[in-house]
Amino acid sequence: MDAQTPMFPSPYEVEAPAGAEDWKSIYPYYVQYQPERRAEEEGKFWFCNSQHWPTPFRPFDTIMVDFATKGLGQYNTRHLLVPPANGVDYRILNGYVYFSPIGVDPSEIEARVPQFLERAGHYYANWDDLLANWKKKVLATIDEMNAISFDPLPEVVDVDWVKSGKGLDNTYDLFNAYDDAIRLCYKTWQYHFEFLNLGYAAYLDFFGFVKEQFPSIPDQAIAKMVQGVDSELFRPDDELKKLAKLAVELGVADKLKTGTVDAALAAVAAAPGGDQWIAQWEAAKDPWFNFTSGNGFYSTDKYWIDHLDIPMTYLRDYIERVEAGDEIMRPTARLLEERDRIAGEYRDMMDEEAQEVFDGKLGLARTVFPYVEDHNFYIEHWALGVFWRKMRQLSNLLKDQGYWDTEDGMFFLSRNEVRDVLWDYGSSWAIGCGQQGLAHWPREIERRRKIVDALAQHSPLPALNNPPEVITEPFTIMLWGITSDSIKRWAGSGEGEDGALQGMAGSPGVVEGVARVLRSPDQLGELQKGEVLVTPVTAPSWAPVFGKISAAVTDIGGMMSHAAIVCREYGLPAVTGTGSASSKIKTGMRVRVDGNAGTVTILED
Amino acid sequence: MSANDLYTLDFSTIGAGDHARVGGKCASLGEMTQAGVAVPPGFAVTTDAFAAMLEHHGLRAEIERALANVDPEDIDSVDRAAQAIRIRIRSHHMPADVEAAIRAAYAEMGEDMAVAVRSSATAEDLPDASFAGQQDTYLWVIGADDVVAKVRDCWASLFTTRAVAYREKQGIAHIDVLMSVAVQKMVNARAAGVAMTLDPGTGDRTRIVIDASWGLGEMVVSGVVTPDNYSVEKVLEEIIDRKISDKHVELVGDPARGEAVEREVDAARRKVPCLSDEEVIAVARLAKRLEKQNKCPQDVEWAIDADLPAGENLLALQSRPETIWSQKKKEKKSSYATGMMSIVGTLTNPYASRG
Repeated sequence: MDAQTPMFPSPYEVEAPAGAEDWKSIYPYYVQYQPERRAEEEGKFWFCNSQHWPTPFRPFDTIMVDFATKGLGQYNTRHLLVPPANGVDYRILNGYVYFSPIGVDPSEIEARVPQFLERAGHYYANWDDLLANWKKKVLATIDEMNAISFDPLPEVVDVDWVKSGKGLDNTYDLFNAYDDAIRLCYKTWQYHFEFLNLGYAAYLDFFGFVKEQFPSIPDQAIAKMVQGVDSELFRPDDELKKLAKLAVELGVADKLKTGTVDAALAAVAAAPGGDQWIAQWEAAKDPWFNFTSGNGFYSTDKYWIDHLDIPMTYLRDYIERVEAGDEIMRPTARLLEERDRIAGEYRDMMDEEAQEVFDGKLGLARTVFPYVEDHNFYIEHWALGVFWRKMRQLSNLLKDQGYWDTEDGMFFLSRNEVRDVLWDYGSSWAIGCGQQGLAHWPREIERRRKIVDALAQHSPLPALNNPPEVITEPFTIMLWGITSDSIKRWAGSGEGEDGALQGMAGSPGVVEGVARVLRSPDQLGELQKGEVLVTPVTAPSWAPVFGKISAAVTDIGGMMSHAAIVCREYGLPAVTGTGSASSKIKTGMRVRVDGNAGTVTILED
Repeated sequence: MSANDLYTLDFSTIGAGDHARVGGKCASLGEMTQAGVAVPPGFAVTTDAFAAMLEHHGLRAEIERALANVDPEDIDSVDRAAQAIRIRIRSHHMPADVEAAIRAAYAEMGEDMAVAVRSSATAEDLPDASFAGQQDTYLWVIGADDVVAKVRDCWASLFTTRAVAYREKQGIAHIDVLMSVAVQKMVNARAAGVAMTLDPGTGDRTRIVIDASWGLGEMVVSGVVTPDNYSVEKVLEEIIDRKISDKHVELVGDPARGEAVEREVDAARRKVPCLSDEEVIAVARLAKRLEKQNKCPQDVEWAIDADLPAGENLLALQSRPETIWSQKKKEKKSSYATGMMSIVGTLTNPYASRG
């Protein structure tokens, strides 16, 4: 490859999709490639973070990538001083986000080491205490967020407020409520990254050590030595399984099998023994149904607690399986035993000195790794679930005021534009005049919706410009599983020698089956038992479908991606990070999924 | 000790103290049998039986005489002496009590049981003898007369030209080297082969490498066929790599002729895997178990018996320590980074970036 022909296009050469020519107008300036900085921007390698943001942003939804990259950056750059790595810069191009890690000037790395040792060392040394405190902080943030309410402005200020000499009106509370919600979301994202990179770093250290001992060891074997089996991320699914078993035990399963959620719950409540089941259902809902069928990063995410039909569908599947005599609970004792067996057998193959080092690194990896899994429930599912619920309430309030005519109207505004709308609403209320926004926003939202729809018709480019000769940036490797090899795969056709799609060996085993391509969680109901799930990316709340499928194939994700973790758990083959399986494979095709080699072969069209 | 226990030992009764009397192969078969590993039944003809043979008819003196005039530098003289000794051993009757013991042990196995008769060398013998196929193996032997004759042939194989020359060179007294013989029920092998509990190409101990072909395993060991080759991840017990080869010949028993015969593999089977994936994993587990039992990498001969039901048809025929990589000095890392400094090192230079 010569310097004149970059491996991937320049962001300045990429054209806007038809119908979305004006896409730049819907995102803030700081996420865009500015013409004046062309030379600088083209000198960097950018990869599309479709693992976390697989679909184009609505303007409000950029809040998550803003806060996430800021939170990631602050810990590396300002809290812990990770010696070689600062944060990850980001840009939006045609609605998708591209990331570029910022390295530390080599001459400054050395000087950061003592600070890192002191700061990060403190976290590793006091992990459990700090983590217990972290959970308290996050729960308090969730409580605070839950307490926020958005109330329409009244006709007149309450007379008691007037007589008490309060001297403030209802807009004051409304503005504060919105500012609080944003502030708490911001806080949540800072907490999100407080432990995360340290967790990955300790895991990566263990990973590198084991790979050095056994160069041919499958990545998944290393993951299996560390993986938790009682992660809170599995709890929502486990709760459904328990509910299914209880329904069968109590003899109320038939009542749950048909009808709307409300009808089914009413039928159970009326049945003998139904009270006990309803009580357990209610207990499970909070917090465990704060569980998104997406990843928490989009206003379009559907949370179980707001869409009880989602867990009800899964529950009905589980009831069928319990009635068929299946053991549906995860065999946690066996999984733990297996984890220790694997670690023990590799350990036995090391010399004594290495065994001691192995014990230390494995111990640390096992201490820190539960956070990597658990934080996802606390932050993405629970806290962000509450945040999005509050934002939907506000969108509805403003819809009732006539700013837009659909429940999701607000999400076509940026978070700062929402503040403007609140100002417009409050100030016109105070003045006693008409609201400017009633004329402006319905038209503007219509325009923006068309742009986002047009953007969604196009897949993102995997990367922009030239990659560095070797990917050494630890977070690119840890968080996105991107290595020099995977970049080569993107640049090529993504196909191996015999036309097989090449990905990562996420979970072992070989299976042939009929493919079912799903692009959104709304399609999960289409899955038939025994099919091979093919999808751009999976989310933890898809866990119940893993009991139905025979294998999983994703476009995005590495060894520690959700699909890989859950497939290992269920003993299903998985190939992750194929780049393009969901567009190359069509529903109904027969495919062979080789989770050992990391390949997917189309057998019959 | 009865004459039977002195001259023959059933695999199930070979104790740790008997190893010198039964040679490496029989000792390993005894250990496996007693550990509950599925091994074809059989017995060892002990070195005491061979010693008794040597004392009989003055055979020992004859051998010593024949060797006295050998010039170790003159290969022709070695060859002449070795050949003479082999003829002497083969032409002598066994002592009556030795022969009776062998016949009794053979009868115990069942009427006219087809057996394999193999030499089981003691430690002082040629170190690579079994690998090089120097010592005799007789397959599909039927009937007590033939068994007795083949045991004697095994003893005679102690005096191949190469073995004699080796001992001359090493200054090992010929007459001190005794041989045991294994008499083992013949496996009706549908497929058989070898499993190593490390990758012989790289020494990688996380792999179990399996060679497998149709029929008896001798075709694989001697390199007459290109076997199917599997690499299995030892801990995860998963097939990582497979190469299915054209397996053109197989060695199968011919009960009528009382021997194993080589025959062409029919076209339909030549290029198809001779093992199912489940069988590959079963072979790997067997090898892994034997490695664990013997506490060092193993080289295992195994077979799938066509006459036994699935799940019980995998048999271990032999397990011995792997010698090539195990003797290599492992390049040891001087020290490992630990704790925070290791994490700094990992962040600065992640493994995945090192190619």
